[in-house]
Amino acid sequence: MGMKCKKCGETAVINMRQHRLALCKDHFLEWVPLQVQRAIEKFGMFSPDDRVLVAVSGGKDSLGLWDILLRLGYSVEGLYIHLGIPDGDYSGVSQKKVESFASERGAPFMVIKVAAEFGMSIPEVARSKRGRSTCGTCGLIKRHTMNQLACEGGYGAIATGHNVDDEAAVLFQNVLHWSTGYLARQAPVLPASHPKLARKVKPLIRLYEREMAAYALLRGIDYIYQECPYSKGATTLLYKELLNQLEERSPGAKQQFYLSFLQARQEGRLLPDQTRAIEMGECTRCGQPTTAPDLCAFCRLWEPAPIG
Amino acid sequence: MKIIYRDKVWELKGRTSVRDAIRKVGLHPEAVLALRDGELITDDVIIAGDDTIKLISVVSGG
Repeated sequence: MGMKCKKCGETAVINMRQHRLALCKDHFLEWVPLQVQRAIEKFGMFSPDDRVLVAVSGGKDSLGLWDILLRLGYSVEGLYIHLGIPDGDYSGVSQKKVESFASERGAPFMVIKVAAEFGMSIPEVARSKRGRSTCGTCGLIKRHTMNQLACEGGYGAIATGHNVDDEAAVLFQNVLHWSTGYLARQAPVLPASHPKLARKVKPLIRLYEREMAAYALLRGIDYIYQECPYSKGATTLLYKELLNQLEERSPGAKQQFYLSFLQARQEGRLLPDQTRAIEMGECTRCGQPTTAPDLCAFCRLWEPAPIG
Repeated sequence: MKIIYRDKVWELKGRTSVRDAIRKVGLHPEAVLALRDGELITDDVIIAGDDTIKLISVVSGG
């Protein structure tokens, strides 16, 4: 017999050392949406009147987020971007997970196929652009596509499944490189600071990756367990491992690292808040906001390489 | 007892907590969840004998 649920005394299924909180299945499944609701309210992410576009990959975090937002009664639609990753039909298998999740719940969603939309899959685009990483290209294409759909569809926000571990790992990376530009912008809410820029929100900002995996398992969500083949050896995985070592010695360290960063910046103790101060023009081709003078980074991707 | 993680299997002897078993096989207690008979268990649970523990990675890349 292990620990007991703090609320009812039944056998606990999870112990969250950073909260000194062990919970049984029922109480844990009640507790998780409350954390999400608190984050939505605290950061003013969106309201019950907003239509929210949830970016889903088929993984535990995004499907968990979709499930939670549906349970909380928000008006949400899924967006699956088929990246065309061939290894073991990674993208096809992920899409099936999304489809069965949606059909079980009668939840609306749309699928965008990168190869059909732009003529090349993500790995093909990355290969055609020497010097561009696959993950960087993928991120760029996904951001462009999500923003375009959210703006055209009149959604109040795009929600992504980033959790504390993801944000803490990125923060760690940004601090190691003293990337002040990124540090100024890394936030649970990115406002729509331009008429053609959709609001972006991260409602899982109070939850650890471990809790999201437990949530998916306990809710019986069939998610894609394998990692994207391109994430192998990603530096963020190393940062996550280091942060987990810290967490073990000092429960709550990951959360503290991230939340106190947000607090320090908000109080102006760190950097000026630039989340809404950036001047943006519009891309001369696609019309999406950009800080570049002519073509945005997405449109430059499709330009032929200069000769010589 | 048997510890299963992805395509790896370890046999451990004696009695141990799930947390110590995770460490013994070289994994990180923060990075996995433990299932026994398909049920999620906390890592203070003592395992022994013919227990089979399946470990699930919680870490996503990228």
